[in-house]
Amino acid sequence: MKNIASTSLSRRSFIKTSALAGGGVLIGFNLFQACKPEATPPVDISKLNFNDFNAFIKIADNGMVTIFSPNPEIGQGVKTSMPMIIAEELDVSWDNVHVEQGALDTKNFTRQVAGGSQSIRFGWEALRQTGATARQMLINAAAAKWGIDAADCKTENGIIVHPNGEQLGYGDVVNDAALLEIPENVTLKKPKDFKIIGKDAWNVDLDKIITGKPLFGLDYKEKGMMHAVVLRPPAFGKKLLDYDDSEAKTVSGVEKIIKFGDKVAVLAKDTWSAMKAKKMLKANWTSDSKLEDSETHDKILTDLLNGNEFKTMRADGDIKKAFAAADQVIERVYESPFLPHNCMEPMNFFADVTADKVRLVGPIQTPAGTAKRVAELLERDVEEVSVEMTRMGGGFGRRLYGDFALEAAEISKLAQQPVKVIYSREDDMSAGIYRPSIKYKISASVKDGEITGYHLKEASVNSNMYGLIPNFFPAGAIENYQVDVAAYDSNITTGAWRAPYTNFLSFAEQSFFDELAEILEVDRIKLRLDLLQKVKGTTDERIQYSPERLEKVINVAVDKSGWGNANDDVYQGFSAYYCHNTHVAEVADVVLENDMPVVKKVTCVVDCGIVVNPLGAKNQIEGGVIDGIGHAMYGDFSFANGEPEHNNFNTYRLIRINETPVVETHFIENELAPTGLGEPTLPPAGAAVANAIKAAKGIRLYKQPFMKYMNAKAPLG
Amino acid sequence: MPVYNLKINGSSQTVEADQDTPLLWVLRDQLDLVGTKFGCGIGQCGACTIHLDGSATRSCLLKVSMVQDMNITTIEGISEDASHPVQQAWKEIDVPQCGYCQAGQIMSATAFLNQNSNPSTSDIRDAMSGNICRCASYNRIERAVALAASKMD
Repeated sequence: MKNIASTSLSRRSFIKTSALAGGGVLIGFNLFQACKPEATPPVDISKLNFNDFNAFIKIADNGMVTIFSPNPEIGQGVKTSMPMIIAEELDVSWDNVHVEQGALDTKNFTRQVAGGSQSIRFGWEALRQTGATARQMLINAAAAKWGIDAADCKTENGIIVHPNGEQLGYGDVVNDAALLEIPENVTLKKPKDFKIIGKDAWNVDLDKIITGKPLFGLDYKEKGMMHAVVLRPPAFGKKLLDYDDSEAKTVSGVEKIIKFGDKVAVLAKDTWSAMKAKKMLKANWTSDSKLEDSETHDKILTDLLNGNEFKTMRADGDIKKAFAAADQVIERVYESPFLPHNCMEPMNFFADVTADKVRLVGPIQTPAGTAKRVAELLERDVEEVSVEMTRMGGGFGRRLYGDFALEAAEISKLAQQPVKVIYSREDDMSAGIYRPSIKYKISASVKDGEITGYHLKEASVNSNMYGLIPNFFPAGAIENYQVDVAAYDSNITTGAWRAPYTNFLSFAEQSFFDELAEILEVDRIKLRLDLLQKVKGTTDERIQYSPERLEKVINVAVDKSGWGNANDDVYQGFSAYYCHNTHVAEVADVVLENDMPVVKKVTCVVDCGIVVNPLGAKNQIEGGVIDGIGHAMYGDFSFANGEPEHNNFNTYRLIRINETPVVETHFIENELAPTGLGEPTLPPAGAAVANAIKAAKGIRLYKQPFMKYMNAKAPLG
Repeated sequence: MPVYNLKINGSSQTVEADQDTPLLWVLRDQLDLVGTKFGCGIGQCGACTIHLDGSATRSCLLKVSMVQDMNITTIEGISEDASHPVQQAWKEIDVPQCGYCQAGQIMSATAFLNQNSNPSTSDIRDAMSGNICRCASYNRIERAVALAASKMD
């Protein structure tokens, strides 16, 4: 079981303090050195420059605490929750904490990513150690002043208390503390003593968001900056032959039109002029590779599933033997389309490339990797590249790929001007890095009423399955178990999309188990629980999930959803899944309105360990569930002749508020280390709804989006 | 280039722009009112919602030449300090995730509540269905609009 990221770290390796010129102290820590589970002290502390630290706590003379959070904020809430963990161990009042996005300069960062729901899980131990170390230094300074043993002092809300009741504020001793040795072996709080962790904290950017202050990449501007809109090949497989910009040039406000690679950038004084002129560019394209379409992919993936070209990811027992000896073999195929990310804030990035430095500003989930790629592209030293991160109008995986930042850098270099590249929605949906189209074939062998074998085959465009996924449920629960993958190399770009690898897999598997229960005529909850019993006490270190924790969320979901006791007109569907280190069970309540299934409510039970910020956590859970339902119901993206068949919200449907169920969240209370919530509630949602639709209409859904395959005519918007 | 006199958030502004320039880009690029967001450019997502003489309108489709002498209100204009009841409700419920669509959501909600001060759940869901929230903070938007309605009573 690998549920808890325990870190063995040396404070000396990642914490350093410095007195501030204007009073107060700056405590620097290298979060990403400390966060790696396998972290080893990187170098001798004496050789570390203060710049090697990427997150800071500033304690002012007046006791006010500023925490500079280094992590990219994409709406997952870490800009609020990570500083909460520091403040808890520092033992200050959350009201006295001010949070800022860390000042960023990639040359000093070793790892800085928002992705995989890992920020809180990896940050937990390091953030606590940091807060506790700072607190101990302040206590040591006060104890020295009083001439007593530090162990006799207590702290409370930023105040150090002498046994005789005398008090010193953190601000009173902070300048002395800065000169002290960094203490070793600090004591962490017991979870029962938490005052900030576990209590609702409001989004630290809330006021700015609701008053429309500039926060996002699209809002960023500098004097002299050009707005750049880019004409890209209209289809995957096409390249630029030539172009005519004579008409585009006549648009007032247009300053430059620059070709780079197979793209043409229009630079203008304002966004609209650039967008307008781009539409006037007349380009001729040629094909340099196949122009693919979704119908062909469909056939290719089916052939792959039925073929023999698989790579085996995990094999237990003997699948062939189990299937040969079976009384019954059940086999089902599940199919998904591509999906675009559609962040509300279209891709954009600012770049200013000059002779001595490269400045990048914008929304990016991977600033360090992007700085490196920009340096390579421009043939510059990575030390010359800096990245400043703005708040992001959504990420969902799309902003892991810095392609838009590379474009901005290249255009700025050619134009010798600062530029901000802006994608229109059409650009954003057409120049995507999509969730690949995937098919699964799942087969189970049954002998004497027992599931004796389970064979999962994946066929995907480009790639999907990742190393650890074959060790998720039901691995370990079925004696003969095998996971095989095959992929078709396409020129359509694909990549991570919220809950990558499992966002569709969970639908396939949790639909399959539901149907298996029907065929075997056993209770669908019992079937899952019986399988989990077989995993308990396993010595298989590869198994990622905890059968006990999965069992618990299932049982609580049954209880809280009123499973089996719903009103006659309510049809329920069940799903339970482990991914991103978090265990989740969901029950969807569906009713029929004009014979159409409508999801009214989803009961979601989550075991993510300690809940750092319940208010933020519930927001992630509600969003994840509804996002999962929205894409399972409506998400339909396809290609014809290499060209996306949808490029805006008039034909590409996203879920809207009037189609949204109420999400009721329940947490499993425990004192285990916290895990992330940006992704894990999304994958089980599709299956919970599909299983409810089966109960309501008798239709078993094997393909997404459901709306298409229920032959439903549902109005858009 | 033509010159237009605009009444924005209670003050007059003179801007120079091509007549087909959407108000959205005049607000964002010329007047530094960046609270109004660009989402789709075709009036489908609601991120660019403003009030035109009090009605919720998509500024991405609204040509600057058509709005002279009309009262334009943006998110920056509904209160100076987040004190508008809709903003207060948004705050109390902690609605945003990424936050990008929220100014448009608030502008739609505000115009809607000015017309219907006692909405049912289904009124709220219908009225807000023109605004996409990609993070799907819809449960909270629904609750916040209901809470704002009670505050505006």
